[in-house]
Amino acid sequence: MSLLEIEGLDLDIHGEAILKGVSLGVAPGQIVGVIGESGSGKSMTAFSVMQLLPDGAMCRGRVTLNGHEMLALSEQSLCRLRGNEVGMVFQEPMTALNPIQTIGAQVAETILIHEDVSRAEAMSRARGALERCELPEAKFPLSRYPHELSGGQRQRVVIAMAIALRPKLLIADEPTTALDVTTQAQILQLLRRLVDEDGMGLMLITHDLAVVADMAHEIVIMRHGEVVEAGPTARVFAEMRHPYTRALFEASGHQPERDETRRDVPLLQVREVVRDYALPRTRLFAPQEHFRAVNGVSFEIAKGESLGLVGESGCGKSTLTRAILGLEEVQSGQILLDGEPVFTGHRPNREVRRRMQVVFQDPFGSFNPRWKVGPLVTEPFHLLDDPPTGAARDAAIAEALESVGLSAEDRHKYIHEFSGGQRQRIAIARALIIKPELIILDEAVSALDVSIRAQILDLLADLSGRFGLTYLFISHDLSVVRTITDRVMVMQAGEIVEEGPTALVFDAPQHDYTKTLIAAAPVLPDRGAA
Amino acid sequence: MTETGFLGAALRSRSLVLGAVLTAVFVLAAVVSFAWVPHDITSMNVPDRMKGPGGAHLLGTDHFGRDILSMIMVGARTSIAVAVVAVGIGMGFGVPLGLAAAARKGSLLDEVIMRGNDLVFAFPSLLIAIMITAVFGASALNAIIAIGIFNIPVFARLTRGAALSLWTRDYVMAARVAGKGATRISFEHILPNVTNLLIVQGTIQFSLGILAEAALSYVGLGAQPPLPSWGRMLADSQTMISIAPHMAIFPGLAILLTVLGLNLMGDGLRDLFDPKIRRVGR
Amino acid sequence: MLRFAFKRLVSLSLSLVVASVVIFLFVEVVPGDPAAYMLGMNATEETLAALRDQLGLSGTLVERYLSWVGGMLRGDFGTSYTYRTPVSEMIGERLWISLPLALYALTLSTLIAFPAGIWAASKRGSVADVSVMGLTQLGVAIPNFWFAMLMVLVFSINLRWFSAGGFAGWESGFLPAMKSLTLPAIALALPQASILARVMRSSLLDTLSEDFIRTARAKGLTKRQALWRHALRNALIPVLTIIGLQFSFLMAGAIIIENVFSLPGLGRMVFQAISARDLIVVESVVMLLVFAVIVVNFAVDIAYAAVDPRLRVRG
Repeated sequence: MSLLEIEGLDLDIHGEAILKGVSLGVAPGQIVGVIGESGSGKSMTAFSVMQLLPDGAMCRGRVTLNGHEMLALSEQSLCRLRGNEVGMVFQEPMTALNPIQTIGAQVAETILIHEDVSRAEAMSRARGALERCELPEAKFPLSRYPHELSGGQRQRVVIAMAIALRPKLLIADEPTTALDVTTQAQILQLLRRLVDEDGMGLMLITHDLAVVADMAHEIVIMRHGEVVEAGPTARVFAEMRHPYTRALFEASGHQPERDETRRDVPLLQVREVVRDYALPRTRLFAPQEHFRAVNGVSFEIAKGESLGLVGESGCGKSTLTRAILGLEEVQSGQILLDGEPVFTGHRPNREVRRRMQVVFQDPFGSFNPRWKVGPLVTEPFHLLDDPPTGAARDAAIAEALESVGLSAEDRHKYIHEFSGGQRQRIAIARALIIKPELIILDEAVSALDVSIRAQILDLLADLSGRFGLTYLFISHDLSVVRTITDRVMVMQAGEIVEEGPTALVFDAPQHDYTKTLIAAAPVLPDRGAA
Repeated sequence: MTETGFLGAALRSRSLVLGAVLTAVFVLAAVVSFAWVPHDITSMNVPDRMKGPGGAHLLGTDHFGRDILSMIMVGARTSIAVAVVAVGIGMGFGVPLGLAAAARKGSLLDEVIMRGNDLVFAFPSLLIAIMITAVFGASALNAIIAIGIFNIPVFARLTRGAALSLWTRDYVMAARVAGKGATRISFEHILPNVTNLLIVQGTIQFSLGILAEAALSYVGLGAQPPLPSWGRMLADSQTMISIAPHMAIFPGLAILLTVLGLNLMGDGLRDLFDPKIRRVGR
Repeated sequence: MLRFAFKRLVSLSLSLVVASVVIFLFVEVVPGDPAAYMLGMNATEETLAALRDQLGLSGTLVERYLSWVGGMLRGDFGTSYTYRTPVSEMIGERLWISLPLALYALTLSTLIAFPAGIWAASKRGSVADVSVMGLTQLGVAIPNFWFAMLMVLVFSINLRWFSAGGFAGWESGFLPAMKSLTLPAIALALPQASILARVMRSSLLDTLSEDFIRTARAKGLTKRQALWRHALRNALIPVLTIIGLQFSFLMAGAIIIENVFSLPGLGRMVFQAISARDLIVVESVVMLLVFAVIVVNFAVDIAYAAVDPRLRVRG
């Protein structure tokens, strides 16, 4: 008999249909991957099992957990089940813990709520749960507060809370999405170990096919609140009966067609760049201490080339971006675009700046919500001494918008009228409008769903061919970098540890850190091979 | 959101409509009082003094026989004028200071502005009014200056706090990549995105200004006779409260309703501007 | 934690120094010759000289400032010109009315606001919530001195439960003294309680929508348990800020409310001093109140750190 059985589950929130006839099951010791893009209803399915739904939610159908009819139970009985028979882990570890309670107290609470034990015993069992989640006593005593831990460590605390009472089912809602790739691999490893040790069922919700590919026994693919395909992992990957499954799979490993011509003339030269930040003084008269965010970085990008820069959060890639864009001055070293320095005499060089632009990650925060698209995309004209006006300006706007697949009329709309993918197109139009030579793509596709991401990657490849653009492609996502770059650099703790042609670096990494990164990155099986 | 959508949402908000109506009534009373009042309030009419409400004097008369409704209408001018100028002072100085502090976060300028704010916060309006009155004597101008000074750090802090979070947005980064300077960014990108907050806080400070003016005039640190003011009317009524309670009740009600109207309007505007709340309604 | 307290203490002392300079400059320098100002038109040269001498106006500005501050540090606030008694004695007497009044009001305000705010937040959208919010909306809008007058009208004049004003004196016993402070304290507390209840409610609602509340619910806590064990202490942080700010409003408000009830506190003293142009008294009272406000805000900062472990390290 299944541990969790969902049959024909409908969910309405304030009358809006969120889930339509969802059915799926999880057996003891089984890992079921639930996959879908944003708005597919995958998280709401999880919350329906927990019966932790927002106000105005209405469930119909059957949800049976270990013999309990979850939809028929009173709130009181549900509280007895939550944390005891079913535990849950969330996406955002930074905010999932109470900031003003120790981790020990928070893990022990799971035990104290459900069992009549002394505080001391609960604490010692909490210690045990943290040990199982690989947080050893010596480094992580119970008296630690959440803010003293990293994101991955906090996620381990959340997992310890969820498994403290060895529940029969664990629900993990995008547990690694907010984490770096190496941390993600460790957390997934931990979850797998716990499933094996406790014979627990695991419902693993993710947007990333590759994450579940080599881990889940069964896969459930969701779209618009419905299950479109489900079955054993190997079979789903082999058969792909539903066109959406196929589309999702293809988009995940999408390889844009790229024009590979380039000239061997360096466009951007970065030489021995060092960037220090002053740290806040710990004592009043202590000597000023510095944090070296970028340490002696050198590289070149040839005209027409696409260079990838890969690294985990805090490795210095954002600092390097700001230095290249001339937003911050560096302490030593040189940054030259076509032989011209981006900074001359402590001031950014306008001549150089107008030849490069940037596209950011967040399609929602990249635009002033009070401006229309027209003024938004023409903002870089500020860099020109003699910006076009009147008809010339209108023509420039039309050209930029049309080249990214939007219409010239879109200039009269506000930014909230566009979807995430469209906004990212507008961001690219804004970068294109002054016809730059270099575009820095700072995690430019990281926030997008895979199908949208594939379209934007195609657009970028197409534009680079049409306008002879040079890209510096910054990302934490190795699979994306692999598909769109000629060469790749790996950055760790402010230094470039490895550099080379993309295919070579991925197939035969030299540096240990690169090896770790590549090993940690989840990969999709080849079509039909799994 | 389209303009009609905004107006529609505004009209659906009960607190906003009620607040706007109450506020409009008192603003209108103040404006009308320049052209017409039910009874002349500059002359005394002793035989008619301390008449209860009703008859020729809708809200009764005071101890000099002056019509209380007319006094309230003229007093509304003082209240509104003091509050408008005080909020103006607060915004006029506070908003640029807050923008400057946020644009240069962590700099000496920021530090000086913020510490200066903390210092002003240690001087409630009443203390400033006491100091000014002790040295220069009492006047309505005192009330304006005292309330206005206290408003500066309120707006400076609000603006700085909101601006700081806006400075981390990518669109500000995009403007910097486009070569725009801090001042330009502050006015083009930061200010338009804090206006909603400023409008909401403005209505709240406006109502606090009316309360503060009434309190200062009540203890004699604000408007001086013959300038009619709600606070002064209450001070005059105090010794006669057992024989003519209407003299105390109506001016107090005028303050209460004006302040209530402004607060309801502020709350309504905040809900309207806050997309988090608005989305639920749709 | 100690380093945090020390840093706050340094900034506290700095604020006090700057505040004292501002007050000194405004009261003793702006009027020109304070002695002439205090005596008015018909002062003779002799009385002027005598007063200047008494005020210590002979030295340079810096000397005068230092001797003023030095005096205050020793508890010597100078001598009142009108009463010819040491200001410290006058303040000492009246502080025993104003300070208990402010604390009484603060206690009442907290005792009303906390349950009201928590109740409204835990029953969001219910009739209870709407009525609490409606009442606080009125409470915020009501001028406290007018509310005081209405209470006098109802409870003193009509019902005769309380005397209309005056202070029984601590020597007549604790309860009678507190009774004569009760109406003033209620008048002071009501608007503050309304503000505090609103802040408590909205802060609690914000905290209840945080991720860690969801985590707590997933552990098996009921809504109530999540509110009391996790939300409340987190929600206290903005509430503490408001309590700190309210103290200064209460001290200032007390000055006005004392007028309504003819309580012989600091407020009445300061108004008498203003009409008598007794700058020494005005200066001392203002400095004392500013001192109280700054010290209370220091205490609030320390309370933050006690609630929030993140502040202890950051400092």
